[in-house]
Amino acid sequence: MIQVENLTKKFEGFTAIDNISFEIKPGEIIGLLGPNGAGKTTTLRILTSYFNPSLGKIKYDELDIIDNTIKIQQKIGYLPENNPLYEEMKVKEYLNYAGQMHDIPKTELKEKVNKATEICDLKSKQNQVIGKLSKGFKQRVGLAQALIHDPEILILDEPTEGLDPNQRIEIRDLIKKIGQAKTVILSSHVLSEVEATCDRVLIINQGKIIASGTPDELKKQATSQTKIFIKIEGPLEKINETLKKTEGVERIISAKKEANLVDIVLETDSTLDLRKKLVHLIINNGWELYEISRQEKSLEDIFVNLTKKI
Amino acid sequence: MNHIKAIISKELKNYFNSPLAYIFISIFLVIANWLFFTNFFLQNQASMRNYFAFLPWIFLFLIPAITMRLWAEEKKLNTTELLFTWPIKDYEAVLGKFLASLLFLAITLVASLSVPITISFLGQLDWGIVIASYLGALFLGASFLAIGLFVSSLTDNQIIAFIIAIALSFIAFIIGENLVLYVLPDSLVSLFQFLGLGAHFNSISRGVLDSRDIIYYISIIAFFLYLNTRQIENRKWK
Repeated sequence: MIQVENLTKKFEGFTAIDNISFEIKPGEIIGLLGPNGAGKTTTLRILTSYFNPSLGKIKYDELDIIDNTIKIQQKIGYLPENNPLYEEMKVKEYLNYAGQMHDIPKTELKEKVNKATEICDLKSKQNQVIGKLSKGFKQRVGLAQALIHDPEILILDEPTEGLDPNQRIEIRDLIKKIGQAKTVILSSHVLSEVEATCDRVLIINQGKIIASGTPDELKKQATSQTKIFIKIEGPLEKINETLKKTEGVERIISAKKEANLVDIVLETDSTLDLRKKLVHLIINNGWELYEISRQEKSLEDIFVNLTKKI
Repeated sequence: MNHIKAIISKELKNYFNSPLAYIFISIFLVIANWLFFTNFFLQNQASMRNYFAFLPWIFLFLIPAITMRLWAEEKKLNTTELLFTWPIKDYEAVLGKFLASLLFLAITLVASLSVPITISFLGQLDWGIVIASYLGALFLGASFLAIGLFVSSLTDNQIIAFIIAIALSFIAFIIGENLVLYVLPDSLVSLFQFLGLGAHFNSISRGVLDSRDIIYYISIIAFFLYLNTRQIENRKWK
């Protein structure tokens, strides 16, 4: 159990984290989501004791992070932002080094290094110099380093940043596989990432938590509006005006004429399904309806809404 | 202790896996031998006094090249974030790096033993003085290393670390030399002579192993390693 209470971090001239509190239960996969510069990395650096908090308390199972730094660091596997590595070392050499730093006894070191290389599918690369590996493999080396001592808690700062779509999926699956038996905290500014891997999401902006919950809960919380897409053959201006006056339509997001088709996107109250009403309206006016569809807001829209408002 | 050992072996491997180590040792040997042997046959004495008189100046310009990388590179590549989130104490990292650089210097000095061995074939060499001088050189070098390592922790730029380390080592060395002592008021001469890095080296290399000189060097080393540790801890509170 990780408890964060009233955490604040001030750097010279600005507040990176502003009085945030949250709890993480054992076995959870938590996503920290936020735009760049929101305070995700700073939060993770404090959780791993790279920085100390300016104010507030952090406890891991009743152990305070300031008094028991080393004990807590032993429980954590950490993949820092941008995956820094000792690039001049060979993969195996580096994992050995990381293992020694985690106090793995000599007798078990070989076995643990083998296990980590196996999980991260690095067997074929173990004698290569890290600097010469591709980005995807470097990421695996970073993960293997975080896993070497079989930690209870994994903290991953943007683990899929800079990878191509295939590598993203591979790393994401790897995290899911590893995360079954561990507490995982990962940060990202990519929504689909967090949606795909996390049990719970904390959305952070400008150092504050502005929303939290499961991905589904967040969607429900914020879907007070729904979009409707329509394609009609008819006069643009008249259609525009008629639709604007219709009850339940909150605003017209865009309306444009392409060839002889009018393309319209509406935002409506999500409690009402306006499609039926709109179809009647269009037909009664003598226009031709080509297409109508309804789309609920994606997590993407919620994220954009939440982080832009403030 | 295991952490320190692991860091030492990693850093030593790092030296010898890059060309820097070989370039450093070659340049050191070439300069030291050349400066020494140009005068050696003129003096016609089987003594290394001149050799050890040059040595501090060679150290001054070459030792910062050993230490410049040690922190600056980690800071530049952000690997400090790995190192300091692993369950180790900050001082272990500082000590590990310092001892690795000291071992490297010791290896260089061992390579330079070719000089006294050559001389011993040419005449009667006083090995007692030679050994004391090498010991003094190791202490003096260790002080320069501690200064250079500290300077390296202040920046993420190796060139800046190199130049500032030369400047700082130069100041620490020159304040005890005659050049400065001549212009000082008499009351300050003995203090500056004591503070300068050179005077203690001179007295050790005369063959006098005085505990004051050794304590002096150990305090200088401890002081800069302490500053280094504080500088590293500083990241937490910024």
